Amino acid sequence: MESTRASRFRGRGPESQGAGAKKAGAKEGGSQGVGARGEKSLWIAASVLILVWTVFPILWIVMLSFKRPGEIGNSRGFLPEHWTWDNYRTVFRTDLFTSALINSIGISLIATFVGVVFATLVAYAIARLEFPGKKTILSFALAIAMFPVVSLVGPLFNLWRDVGLYDTWPGLIIPYISFALPLAIWTLSAFFREIPWEMEQAAQVDGATTWQAFRKVIVPLAAPGVFTAAILTFFFCWNDFVFGISLTSTDSARPVPAALAFFSGASQFQQPTTAICAAAVVVTVPVIVIVLLFQRRIVAGLTSGAVKG
Amino acid sequence: MAAITMKNIVKQYGDGFPAVNDVSLDVRDGEFMILVGPSGCGKSTLLRMIVGLEDITSGEMRIGEKVVNTVAPRRRNLSMVFQNYALYPHLTVYENIAFPLRLAKRSDEEVRRRVTETAKLLELTEHLERKPANLSGGQRQRVAMGRAIVRQADAFLFDEPLSNLDAKLRGQMRTEISRLQRRLGVTTVYVTHDQTEAMTLGDRVAVLRKGILQQVGSPRELYEQPVNLFVAGFIGSPSMNFLPASVDGTFLETPIGRFDLRDERKASAVGDRDVVLVGVRPEDFEDASLVSEDKRAAGALVRVHVDVTEWLGNEQYAYVPYEAPRELADQLRELSRELDSDQMRTQAVVSLDASSLITAGDEAELWINTSRLHIFDPATGENLTRDEARVTELADHATRVREAQRRAQRPDAPRTERGAPPGRRRAAAGAGRVRGRRPRGRWRRWGGSGGSRAGGGSWRCRRCSPTGGRAGGPRRRPGTSRRSAPSARTR
Repeated sequence: MESTRASRFRGRGPESQGAGAKKAGAKEGGSQGVGARGEKSLWIAASVLILVWTVFPILWIVMLSFKRPGEIGNSRGFLPEHWTWDNYRTVFRTDLFTSALINSIGISLIATFVGVVFATLVAYAIARLEFPGKKTILSFALAIAMFPVVSLVGPLFNLWRDVGLYDTWPGLIIPYISFALPLAIWTLSAFFREIPWEMEQAAQVDGATTWQAFRKVIVPLAAPGVFTAAILTFFFCWNDFVFGISLTSTDSARPVPAALAFFSGASQFQQPTTAICAAAVVVTVPVIVIVLLFQRRIVAGLTSGAVKG
Repeated sequence: MAAITMKNIVKQYGDGFPAVNDVSLDVRDGEFMILVGPSGCGKSTLLRMIVGLEDITSGEMRIGEKVVNTVAPRRRNLSMVFQNYALYPHLTVYENIAFPLRLAKRSDEEVRRRVTETAKLLELTEHLERKPANLSGGQRQRVAMGRAIVRQADAFLFDEPLSNLDAKLRGQMRTEISRLQRRLGVTTVYVTHDQTEAMTLGDRVAVLRKGILQQVGSPRELYEQPVNLFVAGFIGSPSMNFLPASVDGTFLETPIGRFDLRDERKASAVGDRDVVLVGVRPEDFEDASLVSEDKRAAGALVRVHVDVTEWLGNEQYAYVPYEAPRELADQLRELSRELDSDQMRTQAVVSLDASSLITAGDEAELWINTSRLHIFDPATGENLTRDEARVTELADHATRVREAQRRAQRPDAPRTERGAPPGRRRAAAGAGRVRGRRPRGRWRRWGGSGGSRAGGGSWRCRRCSPTGGRAGGPRRRPGTSRRSAPSARTR
């Protein structure tokens, strides 16, 4: 993450340099060295600010999850007075949470898998073939991505109840796929376009059918793109709240984000805040881990060396 | 192995532009055919039509006995080396080479055997487990070739395979390709825009211009007996000088002087044309003071003003500017633009002996070898003085060369394999030399006579390989560098 951020900063160089130079110029006629140094410290300050801004809430939740339920409201410290795993124990002992976790993982994985497979095929066709309606598909995909999710929830609720999809896994998987597809298609077709045509032609001359060329050459080369698309789709499904809360009613399909809202804590005499925080940490950590794991994979350009270097 | 026969092949793109126009070409079984021409002449398109990556608009393409117009590339059993190699970056070198075999569902044992063999032939053995991204340009090129030769394809197709390599490596790979082709004896079609490659590699060369086939023939035929202005200007570097001349009996009045043609056949070929273009190769000029008396009488002498000289050590170039009539000058400029050189002024390029003391800015007396000059019709560009008898002679000669090469390669092949495979000589250095004594001696015998090619060898691209063409050029393998010269192989 650091490297991409750094390069992005470098990419923005000119404008910031202008600002830095102006500042330095006011002081001593603006030598290049002073401008560059001033610019650098400015960027460091900005990065730290953004880092605090984004990391602080997460840290806060983590700290809350380690506090004893009674501690909230009684003591003001950021760090817990007594570190405890009680909340996590409570969370995993609750059926509501464990079944929601299973639902979330199952639904997200299935939706991601199906969505990415479809998106790969569609994106390949869009990148490689000339066919009527290609523009229409792309613009429709974009239109779907733009569509406000909330406006669809009402009709879907009614429809799903009528056809018997309400409060089932497929009832969530289907809308997830349709909303994740556009993004995946756009990401993947960009990746496919990067792969030189010759790769495929070489495979064909070597004796591969179109399908073999696609499976043995194009897909492995587009792996970083497929990973990116898969991760984005997975996060979309994993984080969704609106569908999760509207299209489910029981433990049979309710995903974690929705389940958190129904959380009641260990006993009815306690505020469930710390337990909810523990549950939130449990569902946030996998996401962070996945990003950290695959980020290198996504960034790595697998295609280097395919053509002359 | 198979012959490739093209009959009236046309490729038209959507806008009706014919990239390839009515090309009929016959590539014989086992022949090394070069397609050459300036950029945009349709040579790559033609190659891609052979392999099946482009549709054929009309005409007939045969590989062996089979018409393949609508056959999918994978069913044509051809292998191709792409300009950018098109290696699979996610596979190791081993798997890259094994790819065609895996697709053909060969047994693991056979794949291993053949890949190992191929790798040994191309000196890739120690790189087999690496990924293409970690290889140098030359190594990638060899991997691409390995992938092409690993299976028994009917023909090899090369699409400018050396254009991404630096000059030194290009020279080495050129000999490598030549050696491989002679050894495997597989029909090969090779697209290039590089003259040296065209001249040194091919059994025959086909020159294309704007999608139209101009001439097919042995490199020597193209050089000595071009059919038109375009071929004459395209083949040879520096290219042939075209001097506008008005005809006066057997005398030609050119901007650099008036001289006698001394050849009845050529004089009669001119007919009743008033104006012609006289084509003289740079090396057919010489400093008159260095030409012996009897030789001098066989040519013509002209006095010219030398503008610039370039001394290169082994030879010397002199530039002689001249004024040409407006409409002919325009035509010549158009031609030079088409040949990718875009010469600004009309000037003759003259190649002189390095010992010549002609100085820039002075008047100088030059001798022209009039027996070698060609006369072209300025309107059609047709060569009026093409010597058909000589053409036949050269064609016979080319056939003999080819047969001799094949004969020499066949009995040699098994022995070289056991002793020191040519490809491994570099690595085997001393040891290989001892073990492979016999074949090497043979090579040397052929190579040794290379000195006698003197005049005939001048078609080498002098400008791009001032040393590369000499015996001592690529120092790593003196033997092979000589071997690459077809004329040396003939005797």
